[in-house]
Amino acid sequence: MRRAFSSAEGILGLLIVVLAVFLTISTDSFASVQNLFDLLNNQSVNIIFAVGLVVVLVAGGIDISFSVAASVVQYIVVTLLVSMGGGNWAIGLFLAAATGISLGLINALFIHRFRIVSIIVTIGTFNLFFGLLMYLSRGRSIYTIPDWLYSRVAIFSIELERGSATLYLPVLVMLFMVFATWFLLAKTGFGRQIYGFGSNPDAARRSGINVALIQGFAYGWLGLCAGIAGLMQAHIVREVVPNALYGRELDILAAVVLGGAVLGGGRGTVLGSVLGVMLLALIQNGLNLLGISPFAFKMIVGAIILGAITATNLDRILPQSRKSAKEGQNNA
Amino acid sequence: MRKLIQGWSTDRIELSAMIAFLILSILVFAVITPNFLSPGIFRSMAFQLPELGLLTLAMFIPIIAGGLNLAVTFTANICGLAAAFVVQKFLAENGAAALPIALLISVTIGLGIGMLVGAMVAYVVAHPILVTLGAMIFLRGLGELLTRGADISGMPAVFETVGHGTWLGIPIPMLIFLIAVAICFYIMQFTKLGFSIHMVGSNPKATMFSGIDVNRVLVWVYGLSGALSGLAGFLMLARFNSVRVGHGESYLLITILACFLAGANPFGGFGRVLPLAVGLISLQVIASGMNLMGASQHLATAAWGGFLILVMILRAPFQSKT
Repeated sequence: MRRAFSSAEGILGLLIVVLAVFLTISTDSFASVQNLFDLLNNQSVNIIFAVGLVVVLVAGGIDISFSVAASVVQYIVVTLLVSMGGGNWAIGLFLAAATGISLGLINALFIHRFRIVSIIVTIGTFNLFFGLLMYLSRGRSIYTIPDWLYSRVAIFSIELERGSATLYLPVLVMLFMVFATWFLLAKTGFGRQIYGFGSNPDAARRSGINVALIQGFAYGWLGLCAGIAGLMQAHIVREVVPNALYGRELDILAAVVLGGAVLGGGRGTVLGSVLGVMLLALIQNGLNLLGISPFAFKMIVGAIILGAITATNLDRILPQSRKSAKEGQNNA
Repeated sequence: MRKLIQGWSTDRIELSAMIAFLILSILVFAVITPNFLSPGIFRSMAFQLPELGLLTLAMFIPIIAGGLNLAVTFTANICGLAAAFVVQKFLAENGAAALPIALLISVTIGLGIGMLVGAMVAYVVAHPILVTLGAMIFLRGLGELLTRGADISGMPAVFETVGHGTWLGIPIPMLIFLIAVAICFYIMQFTKLGFSIHMVGSNPKATMFSGIDVNRVLVWVYGLSGALSGLAGFLMLARFNSVRVGHGESYLLITILACFLAGANPFGGFGRVLPLAVGLISLQVIASGMNLMGASQHLATAAWGGFLILVMILRAPFQSKT
């Protein structure tokens, strides 16, 4: 029991429960099925991003280009689909996945083959992708998207007193991606290799782990998640706006870090990232319902990141015995 | 002695490479854009360069120390904002006295923000990318909350003389920048702190065991970085006569590019101020040249991103994590 609450997931879960109880008491609309379903529908895209990002963070890298990559995927896929006369879900998902993976592999190529630090590569590709997208699309949005992408696919619906609350396809896709990523990271040997590579690249290399495969997989998987999230986002908002996802990467990164992942690799879980996204979503939702200025949200996110970093490293700041201080240094 | 000569020679190679690159970029733009070689262009460059230059110095020092400061642009915004607020609220009628006070406020607040960030990097032992990213999001949010995304404008006329004036034919922002470069050059090359910063960047553990207070050095690294950002914020305030949160956001990429172009090692420890200053001028030449050719702003963004990756690819064989 004590152990559950000393992990990042345990603390996050507790915070989410406390916040949910507080919002239920202080606002009328929070604990309605409608609001909770809206939250799930709206956060599914963020969660897909987050489970992709956590793989990269566990592998000891960082990527800030994924949300812009998702915009590129949206634009390319929808343009292709329109030009080939519509298509369907299977073709759409396939194209989105393929484009997303290719964009992810571009990052992996620079990071692995040319040994450039991942933050610098992705700052570069972030601007490269975004600049080219805005230049080639001239910043124009696409409003005429194929019918199958336009009409919402309901997967679960509840009749309420006023209208009905519905969960849409992105939630199902999100659950699938969460499960797949969790299974890969936590239940397979390859997942252990990713953790191993993230915590100590040199040791992993010397013990014969295929480093190229791990790097390629991590950034490719994030690319895949970004591609699918991009398509889902287009499905939710029913249009493609080239700069709609610009800046989203920082919120996702904040959420994943909140969920216990560290820069430097080897730590982080799928559950933690999902809870991180949900906590940030609850805070935003709560601020809206309480009528607090949306301008305050960004500041609160920043404060939460700084607070979370401090809290996870609290044992290093407080007075402690020599031995644990040394261990703290080694983990850094 | 021999080591010393060898050390100097690599520095000379860096510096000559940067000068060659500068001449090359001027030549290229002189050929492809007809009216590039005009006094007007160089004049406007001389007024634009200082802000970018100060932010680049603010990025450079943490990179030498093995980190990165992603919060430079928003630190500059917040400092400018604070100075503008104080000047408008209390000093609107004071004329010239408002200027040094605004300068002092910007630099002090920048120093304060930087030292807080540095303290987090040092004592929390968190990754500098993460800390500065958190600081960046926080400062942007704070600025947007305070201004509601609007401009704060209307400074006393005396700010005009700093933003647009010249002294002996040299733009005043340029003078301020040159003084800052000189101070940074002095600190990094000739003081104990500068030497410690290089050492912390190349091997923090060895530095700690050789009796240097690594944490104190880190606090100063980010403090200096913050103070330089604050100075940049002050210059932006003086030049545009207004502050908006998010102004200069696009400089972040160029500052990182300039540092690595000039040979700073992404793993820390190596990099010199002089090649940085020359490399920076060439980037400003390229920026102004692209602008003059009428290239779209987005195309320029893409070009900078591609350029950064290209520079890293070319630099990578000579840099390793040692």
